[in-house]
Amino acid sequence: MKLHRLLTTCLYLGLLSHATTLHAQSSDNATHAQSAPGFADGKAVFEHICQGCHMPDAKGATGAGSYPALTGNPRLVSAAYMAAVILHGRRDMPSFIQTGDSGPLENSRLSDTQIADVINYVRTHFGNHYADRITAQEVAGMHP
Amino acid sequence: MHDGNTFSMKRRDLLRMIGMSAGAAAMYQAMSSLGLAAESSFKGSPKLQGAPNNTSVLILGAGIAGMVAAYELRQAGYRVQVLEYNQRPGGRNWSLRGGDRFTELGGFSQHCQFDDGCYLNPGPWRLPYHHHGILSYCKKLGVPLEPFVQVNHNAYVHSASAFGGKPQRYRTINADYRGHVAELLAKSTQQGKLDETVSKQDQERLLESLRDWGALDKNLAYSSGIASSNRRGFDKDPGGGLSARPVPSKPIALDELLGSRLWSALSAGEIYEFQTSLFQPVGGMGRIGEAFGHALDGVIRYGAKVTAIQQDAHGVSVSYEDAGKPGSTHKAQADWCICTIPLSVLSQIPMNVSAPMTAAISAVPYAASVKVGLQFKRRFWEEDEHIYGGITYTDLPIATIGYPSSGFHSSGKGVLLGAYIWGLNAFEFTAMPPAQRIQKALEYGSQIHPQYREEFETGVAVGWHRSPFTMGCFGLWSDDTRAKHYDNLCQIDGRIALAGEHASYLPAWQEGAVTSALDVIERIHRRAVAEARA
Repeated sequence: MKLHRLLTTCLYLGLLSHATTLHAQSSDNATHAQSAPGFADGKAVFEHICQGCHMPDAKGATGAGSYPALTGNPRLVSAAYMAAVILHGRRDMPSFIQTGDSGPLENSRLSDTQIADVINYVRTHFGNHYADRITAQEVAGMHP
Repeated sequence: MHDGNTFSMKRRDLLRMIGMSAGAAAMYQAMSSLGLAAESSFKGSPKLQGAPNNTSVLILGAGIAGMVAAYELRQAGYRVQVLEYNQRPGGRNWSLRGGDRFTELGGFSQHCQFDDGCYLNPGPWRLPYHHHGILSYCKKLGVPLEPFVQVNHNAYVHSASAFGGKPQRYRTINADYRGHVAELLAKSTQQGKLDETVSKQDQERLLESLRDWGALDKNLAYSSGIASSNRRGFDKDPGGGLSARPVPSKPIALDELLGSRLWSALSAGEIYEFQTSLFQPVGGMGRIGEAFGHALDGVIRYGAKVTAIQQDAHGVSVSYEDAGKPGSTHKAQADWCICTIPLSVLSQIPMNVSAPMTAAISAVPYAASVKVGLQFKRRFWEEDEHIYGGITYTDLPIATIGYPSSGFHSSGKGVLLGAYIWGLNAFEFTAMPPAQRIQKALEYGSQIHPQYREEFETGVAVGWHRSPFTMGCFGLWSDDTRAKHYDNLCQIDGRIALAGEHASYLPAWQEGAVTSALDVIERIHRRAVAEARA
């Protein structure tokens, strides 16, 4: 699937999230100014963020619903698909794109380099052996 | 706490500034226009008249929304059945107590070891006095309430990078911030700088009010003395006998105060939802869900995992399996269906509703949040530091330390809310195993309360994205997604309608769940009555 088409699909499905609304329950967290994450490499991004849902072994999990496994998952064949999902979010998964907006999630966003790093890390670990790499420039090219 | 952030000011900061410079009323007005502080729409439970004979409603989810809907519809004469994934009622209305087990996604299991009377509310923990809907059900169900302390002048505000990392009393920072601002404004007035905007007569009144508001001295200065110490506290409190004489304290200098940024923690209690009075159910927030479950005994089928929701012109058919026995398919059928399953889960369940509703269900990401409960051998925050309830705010990743609003002055053990985390740090804490979350909460918290190391006994930690029944904390609407999808989400689609905090303008609050349920049952009732007449 071409990037352009994928992005258009994301837009159509309303997957782009520009979260700008203060949510009630966090408004008493005033003291707590957070900075953007400074994770050094793809492994660090995975272990600090992704494994919260996709689990430390990348096998996902199932309860009332499921978090998809990132091992043995045919969608991983496309690094661009992964980038689109990370940039724009999917269903309950938040968007990690850095937009420069002032939303409550902005401090949790990832740089294009971090996104490329974590994709390349996942696609070469957990039993995945993809040879191609995605670059930060390619991720940047997928911003709307 | 970071300087140089002025160019990317967050809306939260903006609101706080409005609150600081123009008072709570202006902030409330700003928040109202943003849809953030709207009062509950609750106008009493609806009186549903004339339910058609033998009409059934299937409700998915025994959280607050689902159980309010079931309670009212059954009362009105509908045949009601509820399917619930968990083995307990309540959903996010939930208290973890001694003996409880909780297994999160990924299989990490915790066995809560708290003493009797101690608990952690992983979800909601306070009830604003104006959340009339949820309060009315507490009354109806006989759930006793007690005060929840939000603002405690003797709790701390803390920054790792201010005052050498030493926590400051809320009282001190609050008094000094007000005192300095009052003095500056008084000086400006006296120097004629307000002559163009404030009449001479009003300037007199303004000065008088500033002296009172800021605890200024006779020279309209905020200085060390009895007046300021009556706000910020004394170095030595007044007493009796020969040791009676109080020793006033010395205010923090303005530049140090502003540089500390601790003023940013002062306005929380001014926010509509956090204004006195607040309440909590005696024994834990979960008492509400438990009381609903008791009232709906026999109506709720527990351990039911919904796998498909299908409707046609005549009714709705829901497939589900025993949560403990995957593959065992059952069916439930009804004339109507009210679905309160969180969108994080519902977006994965096949359901034949319109394209706009399907798009809405898939459009809402879920916020991450983590809470950690820590049991200590003794209530050192009361015994050593005289903190009775209330909240300490810090810029450490734990963000919050909540002190129990019950059991004051008891000599037994106590459980602190040792962390209440949003945003990036919530992602990070969720990604840790529960034991590590507890360790981190202890590490950070001991920077504020050194007694942690000596007194800690046992803890529990809940990261909401690891919760098998919600896969997230609450639906995080943006202005854009709300404009595009909210109405589509809340429409009755054929014979199916949604309810829950995600279908409200009170996200994450139980009041949003209550009011969305009441709104939807009235609309379903009108349809059912109209259909019976047709």
